[in-house]
Amino acid sequence: MVGFVAFFLVPTIRGVYLSFTEYSVLGDPTWIGTKNYTAILADELFWNAMAVTLQYVGLNIGFQTVIALGLALLMHRVAKSTLIRGALLLPFLVANVIVALLWFWMLDYQLGIVNEIINWFGLPRIAFFGSEQWAIPTIAGVNVWRHMGYTALLIFAGLQSIPSHVYEVASLDGASPTRTFWSITMPLLRPVLVLVLVVTVIGSFQVFDTVAVTTGGGPINASRVIQMYIYQKAFGESDFGYASALSVILFVILALVAFIQMKFLKGNESDLD
Amino acid sequence: MTTSALSRKTSAKTAHRKPRKPFSWRRAGAWTLVVVAVVVTVAPFLWMLRTALSSNAALASNASNLLPADFSLGAFKRVLGLQTPEEAIAEGGSGAAINFWLYLRNSIIFATVTTAGQVFFSAMAAYAFSRLRWPGRNVVFGLFLATMMVPPIFTALPNFLMIKNLGLLNSFAGLALPFLFMTPFAIFFLRQFFLSMSREVEEAAMLDGAKHVRIFFQIVLPNAAAPLATLALLTFIGQWNEYFWPLLVGQDESVRVLTVGLGVFKSQSPQGAPDWSGLMAATLIAALPVLLLFIAFGKRVVNSIGFSGIK
Repeated sequence: MVGFVAFFLVPTIRGVYLSFTEYSVLGDPTWIGTKNYTAILADELFWNAMAVTLQYVGLNIGFQTVIALGLALLMHRVAKSTLIRGALLLPFLVANVIVALLWFWMLDYQLGIVNEIINWFGLPRIAFFGSEQWAIPTIAGVNVWRHMGYTALLIFAGLQSIPSHVYEVASLDGASPTRTFWSITMPLLRPVLVLVLVVTVIGSFQVFDTVAVTTGGGPINASRVIQMYIYQKAFGESDFGYASALSVILFVILALVAFIQMKFLKGNESDLD
Repeated sequence: MTTSALSRKTSAKTAHRKPRKPFSWRRAGAWTLVVVAVVVTVAPFLWMLRTALSSNAALASNASNLLPADFSLGAFKRVLGLQTPEEAIAEGGSGAAINFWLYLRNSIIFATVTTAGQVFFSAMAAYAFSRLRWPGRNVVFGLFLATMMVPPIFTALPNFLMIKNLGLLNSFAGLALPFLFMTPFAIFFLRQFFLSMSREVEEAAMLDGAKHVRIFFQIVLPNAAAPLATLALLTFIGQWNEYFWPLLVGQDESVRVLTVGLGVFKSQSPQGAPDWSGLMAATLIAALPVLLLFIAFGKRVVNSIGFSGIK
């Protein structure tokens, strides 16, 4: 209980307080009202970080959800073995840093195996981490690879909780597999999908490790996601007040996203009842 | 819920076995997709091993050979500190040092201490939330759940300042403290189990005059061994992989953990021609404890993922 108050509750309140101050760690925080926030609104780097983060979140969630749903269906229908599930989960268990370094090597411009393969097909090499247009899609791809098995397992667990008699009725009625999928599986899976989406969207807004190890936010500003920007403001420029204000904004965005997803997709209700 | 899911699973299995399904293109296609997915997942790890077993100098000319180029254990020796800088440079290493054994020790200390603390304190809190009746219990629990939403970066900055003010930067205490007590997730996870435990044994013990402390240690904890072990496993893996907080608080050599060490090792090596085989050897060894844990307890991890997501 003490730990909760000391390391969750107090920091949360203090974080909000600091966002209204100018604080460089050396002196004491001085109250400056909403100056940080107005500065942020006029901060081009902030808007750039927002745009980059949104691009990342969109790519990451889009591909991850579709692939994971496919994998979950495959696991449910075809391959139930724990070994296969385990193999798909493997990347999720390895540290972000390790995954990032592994792909940094495989996607290397000169010697990486992926570029070797691309070259073998007679196509030009791609500077995955080194070019402005590829940096974010590449980082998103790496993280999709890391998380797809985990997300698939969550959805798989949801699929298993759909009672089989619903399917029996559908097949008696002569519904096609596609029809069954869209009118039975998807609606009944909704609570699980909402949960998965909320968790993964919140997670992917906070991407940091992969960016920090591979591109460090570059080239230029191409992959400086919002958490990277907060980190650089706080620990690069010792501007803790500004960084706190940035994280308050991130927090508000995340809370809104979660709230909207819950409402919009009616995550708390199940059609089974 | 677990038993019903289990029985459903077994009945589905036996129903599957009886009529051996005839060959169909749909099925073959589906299996092909499964194989592709597994290959895409596993192949990079094999590539990591292949690179680690190559000599760095030979990688440049044999980038696409499937077998190790110029098979050598040099990269592993380099990472484990068994090679002199001269030998390393001769093999195409950068001479950049990674104090592997020290980082390994630090990672073990950090992950073990935080896991033990988190599981123990979370169990106590979960006990209070599920078995004790006290005013405001549900309100406080709601507050707990709400904090699951707070992004770690948000508490990281104030926590960093607090650790700094306490003079605990670059100490194990500073590294471990924010993780030591509890996480809302762990409490949520354990509470579900505690709620399903029968009250009878507990009430009998109470009639015999046992106090809450005794009930907790002698009845609740032993009975919850399986979920506690699962939680410990998940927490350990998570802590072993933690990067952001140790990066902020534990930059000093003496407390630097493996994940942070790998990042530093990468940034030390030259931009143009990094020591790829050394780097891959290091990542492989750093991933090893998790891989071993997974081989030993894989089934438990896989099954608990479904549970943790869906309750």
